[in-house]
Amino acid sequence: MNSVEYLIGGQKVESVPLPVYSEEAIFFLSDLSHVLLHDPVCRAYPDVMSFAFWCRKGNLQRLQGDCTDKGSRLGRGLAFHVAPSNVPVNFAFSFAFSLLAGNGNIVRAPSKPFPQVERICNAIKEILPHHPEVEKRTAFMRYPVNQEITKAFCAEADARLIWGGDETVQAVRGCPVKPKCVDIVFADRYSLCVLDGNSILQADEKTLQKLAEGFYNDTYLMDQNACSSPHLVLWTTGTETARERFWEAVAEYAARYDLQGMTVVDKFTQMCQDAVDCPEVQKVLRQGGNLLYRAELSSLPENIGAGLRGRGGYFYEADLNTLEGLCPIVNEKYQTLTYFGVEAEKLQEMVMKNCLRGIDRIVPVGKAMDIGIVWDGYDIIGILSRIIQTA
Amino acid sequence: MAFCLDQVLELEPYSLQREEKRRLYTQALSELTRTHAEGCGEYGRILEVLGHDCAKDFAPEDQPMLPVRLFKRYELCSVPREEVAKVMTSSGTSGQQVSKVFLDKQNVRAQTRVLTEIIGSFIGKKRLPLLILDTALVKKDRSMFSARGAGIVGFTMFGRDILYALKEDMTLDVQAVRAFLEKHKGEKILLFGYTYMIWQYVAQALEQAGVHLAIEDGILFHIGGWKKLRDQAVSPQAFNESIREVLGSVRVHNYYGMAEQLGSVFVECEHGHMHCSIYSDVLIRRPEDFSLAKPGEKGLIELMSLLPVSYPGHVLLTEDEGEILGEDDCPCGRLGKYFKIHGRMAGAELRGCSDTYEQR
Repeated sequence: MNSVEYLIGGQKVESVPLPVYSEEAIFFLSDLSHVLLHDPVCRAYPDVMSFAFWCRKGNLQRLQGDCTDKGSRLGRGLAFHVAPSNVPVNFAFSFAFSLLAGNGNIVRAPSKPFPQVERICNAIKEILPHHPEVEKRTAFMRYPVNQEITKAFCAEADARLIWGGDETVQAVRGCPVKPKCVDIVFADRYSLCVLDGNSILQADEKTLQKLAEGFYNDTYLMDQNACSSPHLVLWTTGTETARERFWEAVAEYAARYDLQGMTVVDKFTQMCQDAVDCPEVQKVLRQGGNLLYRAELSSLPENIGAGLRGRGGYFYEADLNTLEGLCPIVNEKYQTLTYFGVEAEKLQEMVMKNCLRGIDRIVPVGKAMDIGIVWDGYDIIGILSRIIQTA
Repeated sequence: MAFCLDQVLELEPYSLQREEKRRLYTQALSELTRTHAEGCGEYGRILEVLGHDCAKDFAPEDQPMLPVRLFKRYELCSVPREEVAKVMTSSGTSGQQVSKVFLDKQNVRAQTRVLTEIIGSFIGKKRLPLLILDTALVKKDRSMFSARGAGIVGFTMFGRDILYALKEDMTLDVQAVRAFLEKHKGEKILLFGYTYMIWQYVAQALEQAGVHLAIEDGILFHIGGWKKLRDQAVSPQAFNESIREVLGSVRVHNYYGMAEQLGSVFVECEHGHMHCSIYSDVLIRRPEDFSLAKPGEKGLIELMSLLPVSYPGHVLLTEDEGEILGEDDCPCGRLGKYFKIHGRMAGAELRGCSDTYEQR
């Protein structure tokens, strides 16, 4: 345990629960929001800003108000969080959700030295002394991959939040826990986007710009490598002109993307591999130099979610004549469907009516990264708390 | 008129000027592209997706490139399997996938011939006493035998009275080497080895031991990555000086080539410039759009070779970075492009929800 570096708090973390949406948690998080929103350095980090914005008192009170059974729910005790190594702020959301659910928290922060992690941890450290109930329930630390250390933390946990995809989930799940411990796990997922070509043709210039920006934020901003970043773009209606209009706007906005040399080689290599491996790939168009690759599919291969993933601006596209056309390809890997020009209710209805095993989120283009207390199909606060039932 | 490699082999290895070479490459590469599109299904499919029209001839810079990584994933071969005489595998660090390159008789012959022409232009036609700065174990140990062993065995054709200078424990057999030098006193000595091996087990080891071998007239060819040396901040100049410090009067030539284009290697001249021979050429591309970089501008290295007839390796996009230094005007007098290699490009650092695990 010597290689555990504590950023905040220490080995002793209180496991006596708090009620869900406790005043202590809400005051602490809104304080944190205030500090981050007023930190000039943080303004450079849109991800820190969106976390700070989410923690605003008004937002938390709204969530508290929406929770109808808060009077009969308590936290489960002590939660152990394994944050993804490659995303700077998810560790903070993970912590905030669990705190609102009433738990003490031991958070393993990302191993990479993101400046965002440092800012958020500094802000937490600064305000913790004013929030003794939260302070004794909080520890942030990091350690190099080490199964023995993970085992020691797991042994104490009443709940685990395991980010980081299939391999991390498998590794942490291999560590024994108390019989009543609950897990929320974030496995590898596949996401897609449904666009209506006619709506894109009808959109005014400003709407188109917003759409391109939103699509960029969903994809390039996270190297198209987040679980909710779309790999596949499907067109419900759409002439060639509509497609061109959309992709040109995207390529233009994406000029700000830091395209790494090796990413270019990866994309070019993937194009060649698709040509060999996937007979459905008819041609691959390139726009903005090597910024944007579009692999056109003549039809949707059934195993598309397993193989056809782009990174750093590589998209597969195909026609989708009816929404039902999604049914044969959607499996439990599918997470987020982003849309433009299509009604969310219709998409939701299609998933429900056909009892699809995948698609947990249906959000407009630009909202793929918007994390909340419902994520990846989980009601996180519900799962992290227990109901005190009367009859 | 069909392009004929034999005619090229009649020429001196550094004898074509820009325009002549361009004409030759436009024709030769276009023909190779056609041959491979017909013979290799995977390659044909890639050209189809790229929208490349094989019927037409294209300038070298407009030829479709194949990323080298594909040779690790697919068995790319343009001749019937029964005509394959040899399958070369790349070294690759342990645990990584290796490249497979399928050679027919004609291809094997051309590789040997071209390597002879290129190295011969530096050392002369005669076989020289050869000191291999490696262990004889690489010939025997199967795990070491891949490009490293093959490279050494391939080089032995330039030597006679060959001595492997390193013992099995990778220490220099000083006694044997001294005896070898004594025996060949007054003769030109040929040396060969892998860059990092030479640095660690010869240059540094001898310096620490305070051993100085006074070779009077030596010529060393070394090959292999610079990554580890760059990590230790060893420049090519420092490398060369250190070699001369411990070995004596030795001309040092680094050379560059890959398993996917064996034979048509690039050799550094006495001015430290890597040269294209008439059998190969290099282009530097900007990663952002694959446009051609200007001389002095760093970019991705694309390699072309006239030799690959049995597999589609005539135009390759590497993962190395380099820059063109000039063309037809190196003070050493060799014609063709000369360039500098900056080494393998840094791996992409991507964000993402799924943790990345390095392959070990």
